[in-house]
Amino acid sequence: MMPLLTTKNLARNFGGLRAVDGVDFQLMPGEIRAVIGPNGAGKTTFVSLISGRIQPSSGMIVFDGTDITSRPAYLRVRQGIAYTFQITSVFANLSAYDNVALPVQRTLTDGRSKGAVRTGVMAALERTGLADRAHMPAGQLSYGHQRLLEVAMGLALKPRLLILDEPTQGLADSEIDNFIELVREIAKSATVLLIEHNMPVVMQLADRITVFNAGRILAEGTPEQIRANTQVQEAYLGTAP
Amino acid sequence: MSEASPAKAYALHLGVIALLFALSFVLPEYHHGLLARIMVLAVFAMGYNMLFGYVGLLSLGHAMFFAAGLYGAGFAVIHLGWNVPLAFLAGIACGALLALVIGLLALRTTGVAFMIVTMMFAQVFYLVILYFAAWTGGDQGLVVPQPARVLNLGATSLDLTNPTVRYMSALALFSIVLLITLAVVRSRYGRVLVAVRENEERTKMLGYDTFSNKLIAVVVSGTICAASGAAYALLFGYVGSSLASVQYSILPLLWVLLGGAATTLGALIGTVFMYYVIDIASGYTSAYLLIVGIALILLVLFFPKGILGTIRQRWLGWLP
Repeated sequence: MMPLLTTKNLARNFGGLRAVDGVDFQLMPGEIRAVIGPNGAGKTTFVSLISGRIQPSSGMIVFDGTDITSRPAYLRVRQGIAYTFQITSVFANLSAYDNVALPVQRTLTDGRSKGAVRTGVMAALERTGLADRAHMPAGQLSYGHQRLLEVAMGLALKPRLLILDEPTQGLADSEIDNFIELVREIAKSATVLLIEHNMPVVMQLADRITVFNAGRILAEGTPEQIRANTQVQEAYLGTAP
Repeated sequence: MSEASPAKAYALHLGVIALLFALSFVLPEYHHGLLARIMVLAVFAMGYNMLFGYVGLLSLGHAMFFAAGLYGAGFAVIHLGWNVPLAFLAGIACGALLALVIGLLALRTTGVAFMIVTMMFAQVFYLVILYFAAWTGGDQGLVVPQPARVLNLGATSLDLTNPTVRYMSALALFSIVLLITLAVVRSRYGRVLVAVRENEERTKMLGYDTFSNKLIAVVVSGTICAASGAAYALLFGYVGSSLASVQYSILPLLWVLLGGAATTLGALIGTVFMYYVIDIASGYTSAYLLIVGIALILLVLFFPKGILGTIRQRWLGWLP
């Protein structure tokens, strides 16, 4: 099977700092992949390179067989790469409805989906449980609901690859359980790349885990393999006393 | 915003148009003439508001789009001898073309740089008008001769210098632009414009080519302002460089801020307000600008989002 996403020797420098340092990475269609690693390991920079928010210093990104390295972010979105932000960046002054209408009408214009804006918006809001809050200004939603709105906007883009950057940050435990269900549901129709600090969430959701450290991939494997990996334990999980 | 009560919004706008129509029959001559001028300039303000209010791009050079329409229409009549409808279209076309070129160049910048770049282009435009005084009349300007300001429609001909015809022509243009503005801001495209204003980076990550969307907005805005300028030349018969000066770049900003940025009717309210404050104040004192200044300060203090913007925020959330 051909990978959905491949990066070859991907690197990005910020001044003298090599935030992402020669990463070779492959993602198969349909999998849920978690990216973990200590703070400053380069995880967010790495997914920002994939989504096109920042340009690589060198290397190559291939999505679904085409080289997208120099393609602007908005075209990558239209190709099916959706990114949900680590720091919630919903349109605070617009209603939840309008927030989701923006990605829905985009896919309608592209011809990637059919139907009316209203149907698409309400479907995405219902999947995330926000339907009854459609007309509230997004800025007045609780933090957890804003995170969900962010996911609804990602979903509404009809992504083939959905990148979730620390989606459970700031969520209550009860909300996290629902969230895990939601991601499993999403994964039926899209490939999910998940940056996550909450290890129980990672262990429950991920098919495979990639561990970053100092801009490089330290290890990669199934949750069991990663849990057993001594290098990972030293770098990230901390050595047992 | 776009989902709630479309009927109410359209009813309100049609009501305002009906009110302006009715005023034509009751206003004394002086105010009748003043309101005709205000409606034409409110179109200018609506064009400005499209870019400033909805996309959040603050231009300090919109006088050049107004002047492009003004001189485009004026030249067509005076130098080419075209009739009124063709001259009006010529003015609009000049404004649209200019807006496209300026947009392509100025949209490479944002924020303060955008303000400065648009202001510089407008100054260049202004100086070019002065430089080619042989055609433009320099700072004297040109007068569109009265016989040329007649609109021939088959057997009937409308004299644009007749106060009622002039008022109704101004109202027609105002109404069309108002309804177009309302339709645009309620459309999918209007939603994208607001998204660009609120968070351009995020809008890109939803798959939108924000540069193209902004460029279209500049062209639409410039075209509306040019329509206002073209109408001004044909209805009031004066094509002058003072209307291309920096003052006419700042005035629409003031009108829109007063009335309420990103409100469809704010442009009219702001223009009416400003005109009448100046009109009334100058009746009492030669220091009328002092009173205007105080009025502006009071507005900023108590209506920071403009008259209509504050009303929308406090009481009428459904206002478009």
